[in-house]
Amino acid sequence: MSDDVTTTTVAESAGTHPAAAPVSNTRVTPAPAQSSRSKAVERTIGLLALLGTVATVWLGIWVTPPDKVQGDLVRLVYIHPGVAWVALYLAFGLAAVSSLLYLWPRTRSLLWDRLAAAAVEVGVVFNVCTLVSGSIWGRPTWGVWWAWDARLTSTAVLLVLFLGYLALRRVPAEPEVRARRSAFVALFAAVDIPIIHFSVNWWNTLHQGATVLNANLSPQIHGSMAWTLLLGFVALTLAFVWMLLVRYRIGVLEDWLGANELDLALAERQSEGAAPANGGSVAGGPVDGPSGDRVGVA
Amino acid sequence: MWRDAALVAGKDLRIEGRSRVALSQVAPFGVVALVLFAFALGPDRQVMAKGAPGLFWVAVLFCTVLAIQRSVSVESSDGARDGLRLSGIDPAGLYLGKAVAVAAQLVVLELLLTVGVVLLYGAWIEVPWMIVASCLLGTVGLAATGTLYGALSSGLRVRETLLPFLLLPIVAPVLLAGTRIWQAAMAGGTPASGMQWLRLLVVFDAVYVAIGVVLFGPIQETA
Repeated sequence: MSDDVTTTTVAESAGTHPAAAPVSNTRVTPAPAQSSRSKAVERTIGLLALLGTVATVWLGIWVTPPDKVQGDLVRLVYIHPGVAWVALYLAFGLAAVSSLLYLWPRTRSLLWDRLAAAAVEVGVVFNVCTLVSGSIWGRPTWGVWWAWDARLTSTAVLLVLFLGYLALRRVPAEPEVRARRSAFVALFAAVDIPIIHFSVNWWNTLHQGATVLNANLSPQIHGSMAWTLLLGFVALTLAFVWMLLVRYRIGVLEDWLGANELDLALAERQSEGAAPANGGSVAGGPVDGPSGDRVGVA
Repeated sequence: MWRDAALVAGKDLRIEGRSRVALSQVAPFGVVALVLFAFALGPDRQVMAKGAPGLFWVAVLFCTVLAIQRSVSVESSDGARDGLRLSGIDPAGLYLGKAVAVAAQLVVLELLLTVGVVLLYGAWIEVPWMIVASCLLGTVGLAATGTLYGALSSGLRVRETLLPFLLLPIVAPVLLAGTRIWQAAMAGGTPASGMQWLRLLVVFDAVYVAIGVVLFGPIQETA
């Protein structure tokens, strides 16, 4: 799957058929290829995440018993806290740490920038899932789709903060400038999170307190439910890691494309010009657009 | 650092004194916002008095965005930003100066809006010192964060649209705290409940002023 992505990127931007030979122009550096080892790691993690999620769904819906108070509604507990854990702690924590590592001169590398960007992007998806699953749970238990409760509110503010981060990343800029800018914004947002947390907590609280990670560390649920909950956490964490790896790889390819866009376009135009003169034998195959028609006529 | 800050703040306030942009555009905008809020909430004075603290702070937040935009655009033409950087002014002093100038304009604006809220919405203030403290502390926080984000977005062509999106969620704690302090200080409020919010504002201010003083130099390089 990963190789497909690489080749189609090259082929499409060069304007040739995927089957044609690579562009002969030497100035275009080839797209960074994925090593077979990292490919294997990525696939294994993806497979484990898939299996874990399927097992969680199976255990959560068919095997575990309904709750005394909440009935079948309790089954959302296998998804909702896990998704929230990934979004609020793992993804945004990772984004904050990698942004800091990028800003620290000794560890400055675009690696951290791409990692932060990937973490935020995946984190935003999980954050939306948190809000949606929480909303679905809140309607039957609290009677409302949305309550201005402390945790809901701070989760929503966090989502808006990191949507801002993604919006800033979309502004075209040199990779280094963009990296610095985004790292600063991520850092300012990360600093704000505890303040937002406290202020919103004082503001209003309705949400149930932490069940598993409570102060004396004794989980208040038992048996198959606890195990399913744990499996859900592991599966969702693996899913996050898998998405992170894929997004990181796409980030590398995007940067490569950004750096070589002009050369690729030049090679494409040159091959168009060369095609009729050499009887269409150069960059392989007819090209779309007006020049393609000319080849057909000749 | 302090001398540089005074120089920069003096320069920005002198520009404002001559151009009167904040006075003739931002402040009237704040008043327009108050009138629009009144239209939105209907003519019931009780509802308006109840909503007054929040509406006051939302109006202040909107005006902050405009004041920051102005503070950035002052430097954006004729290579003024590069000139400032070349002049050997300490980045921390530059940051403090810009923030102080914005804060000074916001304080004047808040005074105007407070009078507006009291007169238009019939909101009665019981504990004036609390209102003054919340305004001063809130203003420091808004100017500190706003100047940071202004510098970050100063080189962007999409600055006008991106700045509010980035800045407003960050200053949400100021809105929450300011509103709660006002509610505590109004007729019918419990003044004691405002104290923890004042402390929160102090923490918010300290964090962002410290970040600005330390990081303003590197941030300028991103523009």
